[in-house]
Amino acid sequence: MAKKYDAGVKEYRETYWMPDYTPKDTDLLACFKITPQEGVPREEVAAAVAAESSTGTWTTVWTDLLTDLDYYKGRAYAIEDVPGDDTCFYAFVAYPIDLFEEGSVVNVLTSLVGNVFGFKALRALRLEDIRFPIAYVLTCNGPPQGIQVERDILNKYGRPLLGCTIKPKLGLSAKNYGRACYEGLRGGLDFTKDDENVNSQPFMRWRHRFDFVMEAIHKAEAETGERKGHYLNVTAPTADEMMRRAEYAKEIGAPIIMHDYLTGGLSANTQLAQWCQNNGMLLHIHRAMHAVLDRNPHHGIHFRVLTKVLRLSGGDHLHSGTVVGKLEGDRDATLGWIDTMRDSYIKEDRSRGLFFDQDWGSMPGVIPVASGGIHVWHMPALVSIFGDDSCLQFGGGTLGHPWGNAAGAAANRVAVECCVEARNQGRELEKEGKDILTAAAKHSPELSAAMDTWKEIKFEFDTVDKIDVAHK
Amino acid sequence: MSEVQDYNSSLSDAAQSRKYETFSYLPKLSDESIRAQIQYIVDKGWNPGIEHTEPENAISNYWYMWKLPMFGETNVDTILAEVDACHKAHPDNHVRLLGFDNFAQSAGTAMVIYRGTSV
Repeated sequence: MAKKYDAGVKEYRETYWMPDYTPKDTDLLACFKITPQEGVPREEVAAAVAAESSTGTWTTVWTDLLTDLDYYKGRAYAIEDVPGDDTCFYAFVAYPIDLFEEGSVVNVLTSLVGNVFGFKALRALRLEDIRFPIAYVLTCNGPPQGIQVERDILNKYGRPLLGCTIKPKLGLSAKNYGRACYEGLRGGLDFTKDDENVNSQPFMRWRHRFDFVMEAIHKAEAETGERKGHYLNVTAPTADEMMRRAEYAKEIGAPIIMHDYLTGGLSANTQLAQWCQNNGMLLHIHRAMHAVLDRNPHHGIHFRVLTKVLRLSGGDHLHSGTVVGKLEGDRDATLGWIDTMRDSYIKEDRSRGLFFDQDWGSMPGVIPVASGGIHVWHMPALVSIFGDDSCLQFGGGTLGHPWGNAAGAAANRVAVECCVEARNQGRELEKEGKDILTAAAKHSPELSAAMDTWKEIKFEFDTVDKIDVAHK
Repeated sequence: MSEVQDYNSSLSDAAQSRKYETFSYLPKLSDESIRAQIQYIVDKGWNPGIEHTEPENAISNYWYMWKLPMFGETNVDTILAEVDACHKAHPDNHVRLLGFDNFAQSAGTAMVIYRGTSV
């Protein structure tokens, strides 16, 4: 029975609130945390979010009747209280898979976090989680190589990888910069890293940096007999320029390059990730700008969503927070999103902020990178929290060693290996960490000096963005 | 603050500078720790495998397999005996022990138990 055209404004809930709807396996599901304006009923706001992030607009239009809107519309199918916060509630929305272009996280985000975030009936809106159906996951390229391939390329098994971001962040010449890399790599690191804002400034153009850093890698490899890498940052003003830098990195034999996926943009990131897959390159992903999007508990996009988006767009490493260092990160929530990076199937677990089961099928995993204000004393906790499939990255905690980068690197390497040895023997790292490090330091003057240098440093501010739990 | 110390590593001093696999920055593992590491491989459900190489060829992915990986072997003494047998047959070579994780299709761990003379 065909409908008649009835111009005017209808309440959203008449069309988009469907509490009896059972989501399909192929639906893309989203959980929003909604803070409505006062006096607007929950169902109406939830339906408005579903409408504005899918097929709807503020008024009925005649062209609605030229299609099967009941097939294409997003459906708000459930509402839940937010534990411990009466100002907002969770709304669950199901979107039919046909609303989204295959293989385009750009398109998914443009719908889900587009106009709706400025919608007047809302005081604030946060995208808490997305369930990407396996049917959609399989249309995406994903990480260029994945965890196992990276281990095989680098010949590193049975321990976390070790990295170091070169400091000062800005201002070094290319030759001095290469020296800092060489010292870290010869001391026992697997990787050194360009800081995110090192692109191609007047004090150090990218090509000089790439050349000097490659010499550092080659010499450190010959000296230690181990394989090494440096995340050459190819983030650039245009995608063409980004690709030019990536091609040169490959030409000189670099095993890994780096990109900032949020500031650089998701189209550029996806393009680069596909190129890396086709060219046998590893891709390290930095996340500058993420805290702008994910830190406010009531507005923005949760980092677990940005994590899923990156795994689909493509990257072999992604910064995850450290739990213990200088940057924000609740422990349970962090464990939730590092599993989301690495595992092939993650169960819903509200205690870790995971709102949906997520099936990645055969899509490779991403190595979480713990970086920011960490040093040797954090090592037992880091190995315990992150496990082997991680990259622990010490910037100041390597370069700030009183004897220089090589000694700082060796201290970190000894620390990670003694923690892995002890863990494998069945010892509890977070309880016995001090004894384990102290014993290892007897054989390593570098570790001993590092432990003397940093013993007093702690970062014990409370986390701003916590898992929602009742606290009343 | 202690006085600055030199970091002793160079192309020419192979014995001091060349490193291989996990635990290569620690002193040689004690017999007790080696047994614990083998037990860890067994407890993980990984298949132990032994490989060896002339030190000058250590950079290759493919060291020589000592027999075949010991699929399903869970006896620490048996595994240790094979490591020793490989070492006796090739006393100048590096001998490493791996744990093959057939679900990850990757080694779960790798460690050099006997170091040959590095070059």
